[in-house]
Amino acid sequence: MSYSLSHLKALEAESIHIIREVAAEFRNPVMLYSIGKDSSVMVRLAEKAFAPGKVPFPLMHIDSMWKFKEMVEFRDRYAKEHNWNLIVEYNKKAYEEGVGPFTHGSKVHTDLMKTQALLMALKKHGFDAAFGGARRDEEKSRAKERIFSFRNEFQQWDPKNQRPELWDIYNTRINAGESIRVFPLSNWTELDVWQYIRMENIPIVPLYYAKERPIVEIDGNLIMADDDRMPEELRRQAKMRMVRFRTLGCYPLTGAIDSEADTIEKIVEEMMTTTKSERTTRVIDFDQEGSMEQKKREGYF
Amino acid sequence: MALSIEEFLAQDEQKDLLRLLTAGSVDDGKSTLIGRLLFDSKRLYEDQLQALERDSKRVGNAGDNIDYALLCDGLKAEREQGITIDVAYRYFSTNRRKFIIADTPGHEQYTRNMITGGSTANLAIILVDARQGVVTQTCRHSYIVSLLGIRHLVLAVNKMDLVEFSQERFDAIVAEYKSWLKQQHIDIPDLQCIPLSALEGDNVVEKSSRTPWYDGQSLMDYLETVPIDQDINMRSMRFPVQYVLRPNLDFRGFAGKLASGVVKVGDEVMALPSGKRSRIKEIVTYDGNLDEAFAPQSVTLTLEDEIDLSRGEMLVHPNDRPMQGHHLRAMMVWMDEQPLDSSKAFYLKHTTNTTRAYITNVKYRVDINTGERVATEGMRLNEISEVCITTAAPLTFDRYADNRQTGAFVVIDPITNFTSAVGMIIAEDEAHAIASTIQVRLSEYGIAPEAWSIVEHFCEELRQRAGINIECIKE
Repeated sequence: MSYSLSHLKALEAESIHIIREVAAEFRNPVMLYSIGKDSSVMVRLAEKAFAPGKVPFPLMHIDSMWKFKEMVEFRDRYAKEHNWNLIVEYNKKAYEEGVGPFTHGSKVHTDLMKTQALLMALKKHGFDAAFGGARRDEEKSRAKERIFSFRNEFQQWDPKNQRPELWDIYNTRINAGESIRVFPLSNWTELDVWQYIRMENIPIVPLYYAKERPIVEIDGNLIMADDDRMPEELRRQAKMRMVRFRTLGCYPLTGAIDSEADTIEKIVEEMMTTTKSERTTRVIDFDQEGSMEQKKREGYF
Repeated sequence: MALSIEEFLAQDEQKDLLRLLTAGSVDDGKSTLIGRLLFDSKRLYEDQLQALERDSKRVGNAGDNIDYALLCDGLKAEREQGITIDVAYRYFSTNRRKFIIADTPGHEQYTRNMITGGSTANLAIILVDARQGVVTQTCRHSYIVSLLGIRHLVLAVNKMDLVEFSQERFDAIVAEYKSWLKQQHIDIPDLQCIPLSALEGDNVVEKSSRTPWYDGQSLMDYLETVPIDQDINMRSMRFPVQYVLRPNLDFRGFAGKLASGVVKVGDEVMALPSGKRSRIKEIVTYDGNLDEAFAPQSVTLTLEDEIDLSRGEMLVHPNDRPMQGHHLRAMMVWMDEQPLDSSKAFYLKHTTNTTRAYITNVKYRVDINTGERVATEGMRLNEISEVCITTAAPLTFDRYADNRQTGAFVVIDPITNFTSAVGMIIAEDEAHAIASTIQVRLSEYGIAPEAWSIVEHFCEELRQRAGINIECIKE
């Protein structure tokens, strides 16, 4: 008899091993939850890793306060139905000062409401390990990051001085104040994620499926008028358009694509014939050359 | 699309996964080859192509052509230097298989990166420039491939377009390479030599009409069809306990990933190092219980008996046990800028077990350019040496040659926490095993008191002739 795992089962086994290793070796881990499709897969893998027991760490969502409404609804419903301990944190000070992408631009908003909010939350709870759903196929600088990625006491990543990572033996040793970011989906591709969602019947935010939505074209990006914080003069231009989202984030910074794909099968079909890569619908990547690497060095996921 | 999307997905779900390592010098076209594999398997999107064209003009080394190499050079600071300096992972798939490429640099000072990228690889591609033939670096990479226990190796003779696709030239390179392997006693179970032009695409995906004398497969065809299900050790069951699950008083499960072998419900198992025995009651997963599980599945095992078992211990079949002990010999690669300080009590992590360890002896260093053993002291970055190690807690291990999972370990600096070295176990350290004294209570072996003096005399002979210390307890 031949024993062979399909690539999805091999990736699943690898991810579960990574997740258990963190639970076994860290004092206070947390799973960062972005509500996106990758997070949904990661959360399911955590449930698998500890079945029939409960997952021994909480989920944490860093709320930029500008997420799509449907994302927040989905988050709260999923956490409740699956009995997760969900922590929601945001940058209270910046929020009260009215920081947002329309008034402060994407760079300031992302830094304060995502990067700084995350750093503050990690510090506040004293987490020593944080799972993230990033994949190496998403972006060039991520292709080089380790699965267990060391962060110094200032939460910074040094791409030149990464710990060698061999076989499936992960170095989890840190000193007080330091931490590790862990990426259990490192070796998954976008197609793997979609196939797994289909195979496992994993619930995802409906924004991924095509539907008529109120859309404003801003600098070539299709932005959804999700609430009335969008300036009046923009909102007035909104037209119903059949679109879907390939990635999810802050609604003013996440472009939709024209699409008729309202099932996973159609999404995969669209993906196979598409000519744009996933991150082109993320407005924040265009700020500066090598900008994702810059953000990662500063502590962004 | 000839298939419906449902048919495609059903087929795609069943593909297996091949992890491969590419190694080569800066100039022999490795990044170009990877770019070509990605390009020809349509893994490049329009915006990536646009960025590629833009970057090619700005910092590319391919004149007016697209510089595929830029696809693989990730980090900003490195891009300008024209070399990749760390391991980068690339993903692509074809109709038959999914692939993960670990792209590692060929530079001498970056041996550690090739070791890192290759540790999980099923297959390695080593590039040589058809004009240069086998160079020092080819030998170095081949040595590392064999050290890592990678079973499938492709010698990709690249830039055949620059030697007029000469069969003579190709044959000469292959002959030279094979004779070098033989001379070095390097045994690669599966070696394929392929004439290529990565730049022009010859024999990369399609067989080239410019090499009619070559009757082997194209590179892509070989990558898609090479059998890899025999690469994992399926003979010896090894289950390092990773995490103990106790959701309620009625359930006690041992979660872990099978390092090797197959385990079935009802199997008699032994816990090591304790030696306690039990049987497998259930193989639990989120998706329901299984009758059997095999490497590298992640599962949870429950046992018939309440035996004491925790993280770092291992379940095995009692009739197929690994080695155990405090002393081992290993090939070790030094990965740290700081040289070895043998007075340090390092952390040694092996499977799920971490213990303190001393590097007690560096026996020799391997000159990876020539394969020769050289007398040495200490260890420095990128050096590969045979060492003796003594651990505080006993390890349960196999030879790396028999088992890549239970034969490997990493060494962590106790102060910086950096991964200072990685090792591949050769054997128990017999010198130490023999030096320690074994106590034998003669009555327990059914030896009658009248024979005790004869046995004692025999043990004394053993000690003098073979250095085996057996202390006879006469009671």
